[in-house]
Parts: sequence; C-alpha cells; structure tokens
Amino acid sequence: MATVLERVTKVIVDRLGVEESEVKLEASFTGDLGADSLDVVELVMELEDEFDMEISDEDAEGMATVGDAVTYIEKKQA
Amino acid sequence: MTTLTGKTAIVTGASRGIGAEIARKLAGAGAKIVVNYSGSQEKAEAVVAEIQAGGGEAIAVKANVSDAEAVKAMVDEAMNAFGSVDILVNNAGITRDNLMMRMKDDEWDDVINTNLKGVFICTKAVTRQMMKQRSGRIVNISSIVGVMGNAGQANYVAAKAGVIGLTKTTARELASRGITANAIAPGFITTDMTDKLNEDIQKSMLAQIPLGRFGEAEEVAKAALFLASDEASYMTGQTLHLDGGMVM
Repeated sequence: MATVLERVTKVIVDRLGVEESEVKLEASFTGDLGADSLDVVELVMELEDEFDMEISDEDAEGMATVGDAVTYIEKKQA
Repeated sequence: MTTLTGKTAIVTGASRGIGAEIARKLAGAGAKIVVNYSGSQEKAEAVVAEIQAGGGEAIAVKANVSDAEAVKAMVDEAMNAFGSVDILVNNAGITRDNLMMRMKDDEWDDVINTNLKGVFICTKAVTRQMMKQRSGRIVNISSIVGVMGNAGQANYVAAKAGVIGLTKTTARELASRGITANAIAPGFITTDMTDKLNEDIQKSMLAQIPLGRFGEAEEVAKAALFLASDEASYMTGQTLHLDGGMVM
C-alpha cells in the first residue's frame, strides 16, 4: 500500500505536470509548484476522490504546502 | 442541426414558462434533462412526460435553488441518473414587485435569494463536475430590465443585473477549464405574467419595442439552445438581448 505522501505526490504530478523530485513536503502549491488558485481547488477535489474524504473549504484554505496536505490527510485518516 | 446527444442539462425552474420551453428545446436536440422545480410538481412531471413521449429522457427533481443542500442533492441525482452534467440553465426566478419606497426587506431578500444567490449556488454545485469533465455550458437567464432598470422592480432588477456580472465572472474563472458562461436578457415575453397586464400597459410596452410585438418563450429557448451547444464554442461572458430591439 502506497503511503499518503506517495499518493499525494502522484496526484500533484498528474495534475500540475511537475517532476516527482519537485514535490517536497515544504513545497508550496502556488509558489514552488506553479499552481494557480483554480489548480489548487482542483487538486483538493482530486485529493478528496483519492482518499475518499470531504475537505471543507476552510480546511482547504489552510493547505499551502505538500506537507500541509499530507499532515491533514494523515490526521483525518487516523 | 444543433445536437446535444449524450449531454445532460439541468434546467432550473423548468415546470412552466420560459424554463419549460428551454427544457423541451434542449430535449428536442437530444439532451437528457433534469426538470427542476420548487413548488409545481405536477407541472414539472407533465414536462417530463412530454419529453419522454417525444422519445427523450428526463427526470423531475425538486429543489429550491437558494438552498445549497437541496441543490447539491439535485446535482447528485442528475449524476446518478445520467452520469454527467454538461449544461446548466439558471432560469428559476420569482417577482415581488413594489415601489422601492414601499418595498419590504423580505420582498427584497426573497427575490435576491432566488434570482441571484440561486444562480451562484447552482453554478457552484455543477462546477466541480464540469471542471473534471473539462467542459461545460452555463446559460443564465437574466432580463432586459437588468440592463435598463424598471420602476417597481428594484429587487428583480438588482438581481438580474447581478446575474450579468456573475456571468462574466463565471466566464473568466472557468474559461481555462473549457466551461463557458453566457446570459440571455429577454424583454417582454408572452407568459402568464404578461397576460395578466391590462391592455393599456400592454400597449405602452409594445410602443417601446421596435419589432412591435412581445417575444415568445420559444424564441428564448432557441437562444438557450445555441448557447448550450457547440455552435457557441467561442462565446463566453456575453449577454444576448432578446427584446425585439428595445435596448440597443
């Protein structure tokens, strides 16, 4: 079973067309990974599908980096 | 021949008037239709039956467009029944006319909630699916009074002008995902509402219309079909005036 980070990374690579090596925990979606605000909305939608969970708009707004997303998902799954 | 084969359209306020006509027209072009209604269940079911009798597919779904939960449930129902949502026609609307001096807060709120907030709620609800599909058509029914103003309709006019601005913003936000948004601003269209007006008022209205007649709901439906189809592929953020030339 792939880890949360691996699955999040795959979604990001597919959605944003970035290299896997660029997807670091501290990488910010808009600053480092070249996402615009609509890309971030889509990314959250795809994470919801990937992990079969609802991510509220408030929670989504707090996710700026790859690490934020991974931590959030791991916490929610626990 | 414009075709919508394989597409699914949600038409709000489709139990009667312009909405029902749009539902019939899109169904005639091959779209599967969600006939949304708020109160008139029998009329909505009659529209569904008519579409089915013509060989089309349709379901009636009750949802007050200003109720986000109900709208979300409607979109889920559309997805379960038809598997996609390709077209949204925001048509549902009400009037609570009064002179501004006499207009009560709840008359203002009711009209803004249904006619403007309802468009926001329905658009938001379908956007997720349309973004995934990388395509979608949003057609908002505004009104010519939203462009020109109208005494006695401060609430309605504000909502309909708001819809034009919302249409432009929707168009800009979603263009990169293959979703277009356009509005139609009908003038005086023959419906139950205009039939009730007395002869003098009808005459004075006609005097303002260069084409010299009221419009028919079917003429609005034809424009909606155009905007919902591939024929309008390079058009977004626009408002079509269907008013016999009243506003130029």
